[in-house]
This record gives sequence, structure tokens and C-alpha cells, in this order.
Amino acid sequence: MATDFSFPDAGAKAAAAAAPAEFQTEKMSLSMGPSHPSTHGVLRIQMELDGEIVTKADPVVGYLHRGDEKIAENMTYNQFVPYTDRLDYLAPLANNMAYAIAVERLAKLEVPPRCQAIRVITAEMARISAHLLGLGAYGIDVGAWTVFLYTFTEREKLYKLFEELTGARFTTSYTRIGGVARDVPEGWTGRVDAFCDQFLPILEMILNLLTRNKIFMDRTVDVGVISKEDAIAYGLTGPNLRGSGVPLDLRKDKPYSGYDQYEFDVAVGSKGDCYDRYLVRGEEMRQSVRIIKQAIAKFPGGPWYATDAKRIFAPPKDKILTSMEELIQNFMLVTEGPQMPAGEVYFEAENPKGALGFYVVSKGGGVPWRLKIRAPSFCNLSILPKVCVGAMVSDVVSILGSLDFVMGECDR
Amino acid sequence: MSAPADATTALKARFPQVTDRASLDHPAVNVPAADVPAVLKYLREEFAFDLLADVTAIDWAEGVSPRFTVVYHLLSTTGHAYLRVAANCASDAAPEVPSVVDLWAGANWHEREVYDMFGIKFAGHPDLRRILMWDEYPHFPLRKEFPLAGIETPLPDPAVVAETGAKAIPAPMMGGPFVAAPGEINLTEAEPRAKDESWNERRSKPE
Repeated sequence: MATDFSFPDAGAKAAAAAAPAEFQTEKMSLSMGPSHPSTHGVLRIQMELDGEIVTKADPVVGYLHRGDEKIAENMTYNQFVPYTDRLDYLAPLANNMAYAIAVERLAKLEVPPRCQAIRVITAEMARISAHLLGLGAYGIDVGAWTVFLYTFTEREKLYKLFEELTGARFTTSYTRIGGVARDVPEGWTGRVDAFCDQFLPILEMILNLLTRNKIFMDRTVDVGVISKEDAIAYGLTGPNLRGSGVPLDLRKDKPYSGYDQYEFDVAVGSKGDCYDRYLVRGEEMRQSVRIIKQAIAKFPGGPWYATDAKRIFAPPKDKILTSMEELIQNFMLVTEGPQMPAGEVYFEAENPKGALGFYVVSKGGGVPWRLKIRAPSFCNLSILPKVCVGAMVSDVVSILGSLDFVMGECDR
Repeated sequence: MSAPADATTALKARFPQVTDRASLDHPAVNVPAADVPAVLKYLREEFAFDLLADVTAIDWAEGVSPRFTVVYHLLSTTGHAYLRVAANCASDAAPEVPSVVDLWAGANWHEREVYDMFGIKFAGHPDLRRILMWDEYPHFPLRKEFPLAGIETPLPDPAVVAETGAKAIPAPMMGGPFVAAPGEINLTEAEPRAKDESWNERRSKPE
């Protein structure tokens, strides 16, 4: 039977309904993924089609489920930091920071301004890197190969800076509870500043390749429209929520890590279609550059970890090797973990994909009793059954790319 | 519509059965499981807690009663405040709370995940299937009695099993980064390798 979605035109619908039974179309079922280039990982969408039109979409997630929450209950707080890299693996530095702040809130620990500034700079760099990949991959999804080549060149420059700072390009594991793994290298902030300066004109060029591109606009404008009400009802966050016109940005509304010291604008869409979400991400990169430049301009001196938190942050390596007290302190930290009070906290950070939340339940000691990861990609994908219905099959590719999800985070 | 900051006081006046919950950050309340939809609806309509950020559960371990607590985190997109609502499940053996899918469509997947991981049923949920594990999976992995290594489980597709003999086997725990279990006195038992259920020096790796 033909459905309401197949015939927006009432006359055509009536004519189809009146047609003899042998002319009625049959529904087709199509499984897209788990390894489909536009599903950006291992997402499967079980679709029901009427011709080219999707009448039902059921996303099947969980192919990348590793049980991170179970693992977290069995290791100390610091041991879990590398696992946060593998949530949204396109922005590990931002995940590291969100996790560290959540546990620090549990310990009621304030990190020094220099540490906060380092975290802000790295998180914003991670945001640029994640959006660049999202943009490049989205370009490929809708038929624009060139964008990808430029965005990956810029990402490579960012990775060089990440490598210099953390020792790793991809899985950075940079934060510790109460600080970061090491201070910034000599001259690193200058090189980040230089990157920002050369990046801005290139970003404009990259965006110019798409923003008024006829093919790109045909594929995205008025496609996958998500209303304000739906976006909130499905718990969308990040660029996907702002694309629908809700100006919620946790960096502005619930400032953490000193974000209130920096001036930046929150980009908001007007219609909630794929094009708006693209525009929001483009603008966010400009704003990230603004934040980084401000943070570098007033980069504070002083300690880069909480020096008074002796039961949480490890002492400097040279002290461990030469002083008995620091050796014992380090031994206790490694074997028993950073000591936390009993209680529960929930902290959400504004990550590239949306609000990444950590709900930590502690009974005291160095191991969490329960750690829940609120993954923005999981919530963002839950709207698929709603937004795909009535769209063409080719639009599904557009919609998936515009939601910009990461399965590592969705499945945990 | 009132400010989200006054929510807990007004909530306790309106629902006498609601009590304060200890929390290190946001305001938090304990609510009887049966009242969850009414309380959340009231919070959404009167205090603009319009975004359901997260639904999850805590297992307080076997033998503890109440064993399961379902936790909701609400966020106000206009008032920029969080609120935590927690509900203890009345039954420890067959835990159940009412579903809030009618209030937030996004609760659908969150509740499916809680069911998948803890086996807590959500009464009135339109489609309570497993979400991360496969549909036939017999265990609830985030319950405390479920071992970290996993449990040997047949794969769902009989054709694949007949062809390959593959099954989901427990992960090796040897050399893992896991710490000794807290609270245990006997070090041999508390060591990570004691949790290893698959293969170690004494037992060879299964085929």
C-alpha cells in the first residue's frame, strides 16, 4: 500500500489509491551498513522503502560496544583516561578534559588557571580537528571530494601540534585527575598561534567551496529538517541542537575551565536542516580560533597541576626518584588510585559532537562504583527514526553526515 | 513558569513523598518509582526542565535492598540548571519503573539501554528491546555479579555457529591494567588474574 509519505500531492495520492491492486507498489526492506561509507563507522540502519522514499528507519547500534562503563568500575580514575580517548576518537583531548573535570568536581578540586587554559586550548583545537574531519567526510558523502583534501591537510598540522604536546597524534590521554600529563613545551603556544593565523584564510576558502555550491545546497537545504521542539525532545545537543535554533552552549551557559573569561559567539541555525548544521559547524571553527587566540594572549604562568592535592596528583618524576615521601605518595597513587570522597556528580562538557556527560558515583577510594557516560552521538542518533521518514534514500546519506556522529562514542 | 533554582522546594511542597538526595553538585531528589512520570512532567511544565539529558541506573550490589536506582538528569535549556531525580526500584528481583517516553521521545533509547545493561523494565515503553547487545543475549552486563571478563555465550545466528563454531568467550584478564578489587583482604583473590575465567597459566586458551 502506498503511504502518506510517498505522495505529498493529495491528487496523486488519491489516484494511486484508486488504482487497481496489481499497480500498487510493494515495500522493500533495505539494510544500510554496518559497513557503508556514509555511516562513518559501524552503524546499521534497517530501512523500509516505498520506491525511493524511506517509510521506516530503525538504527541498529552496538557493533562497537566495548563495555567502557563496566571497565571503568574495575580500574582507578587515572587508568580510565586512555579509555576516554576512544569515545569520540576524533576529539580525544576534549574527552580527556570532560572526564578530568567530572572527577575533579567529585573531589571538589580546583585546578590552577594555567592548567585550565591549557585544557581550553587543547579542547578547542580538538573541536577544530573534529569539525574539519566532519566537514571533509560530509563533503565526500554529498559528492564534493576536494574539501576533504584541504581539511585533512589542516588536520595534519593540528596533529603535529598534538604530538609535540602529548607524544601521541591520535590517542592523547593528556589529562590527569588534578592536572595534565605535562606542561606545554617551550614555544608551543607560539606555534599554535601561528597555526591559527594561517588557518583562518584557509578555513574561509574551505567553507567557500561548499557554502554557495549549487550541488551541496541541493543536497542539504531543506533536507532533514529538525524542529526546535523535536531537537529538545530527543535530547540533541551541540551543533545539532544549535542548528535547530536552540542557543544552548554549555561553554557559555554553564562555564567550566575558565570559559567565562573568553569572548565568543554561539552560532545558531534558523531552520534546522542539514545546511544549517553545516553552517553552525563552520562558524564554530572560527569561534574556536578566537578562543584559542585569547587563551594564548593571556596564557597564565604558575603551576600546571593542583600542587596541594597530594592524594590525587602524582608528584614530579625527579622527586619520586630522589625523595622517600614522594616515592610513597606515587606508590599509593598508582596502586590505590586517586582518593575520592563518597558521593555523586554529573558533569557535561560542550564537546564537538554535543554534551559529553560523565555521571560518577563514588563510595570513596580510587575506583568509581558506577561511571555512566552520556554520549552525545547516542542521543543525536536516536532522532533518526523520526527524521529519516519521508526522506529519499540519498537524503539519508545527507542526514547522517550532517548529524556528525562517532560510533565509538555512541556504543561505548 | 518559575526559576529552576526553586524547583526542589516547590516540588517537595507539591509532592510530599519527594525527599532530598545527597549530592556533591546539582540539586537532587529521591522520588518513589511510581511517581516518576508525574514529577518529571511537573518539573518540565513548571520549571522549564525541558531537556532530558540522561537516564541511567545504579546497581548497589547483590543482597543490598533497594538494589537498583534509576537516575534521571534534567537540564533547563533556558534556565541553564541541572536537576537529578532518582528513583529506587521497589523490587530487587524484577525491577521496574514507569517509562517517560511519552514526555521525551529521547527517553526511548536511554531506557532501552538501561534495560539492556541492568534488566530494569520500563512499564509502558513502546519498544523495550536490547540496544547495545544483541537481542538474544541472556545476561545484563552492568549488574555487579556479571564478571568483568564476560560469560561464554552462543552467538545469535545458528547458521554462523554451525559454520564456524564461533561463540562469545570471556576476555583474558592476564596482564590487564585492572586494579585489585577494593575491600578484599586475600591478595590472591583480589588480584586481577583471579578474575580471569578463560585462560591463564593453568588453563590453556580455548580453541
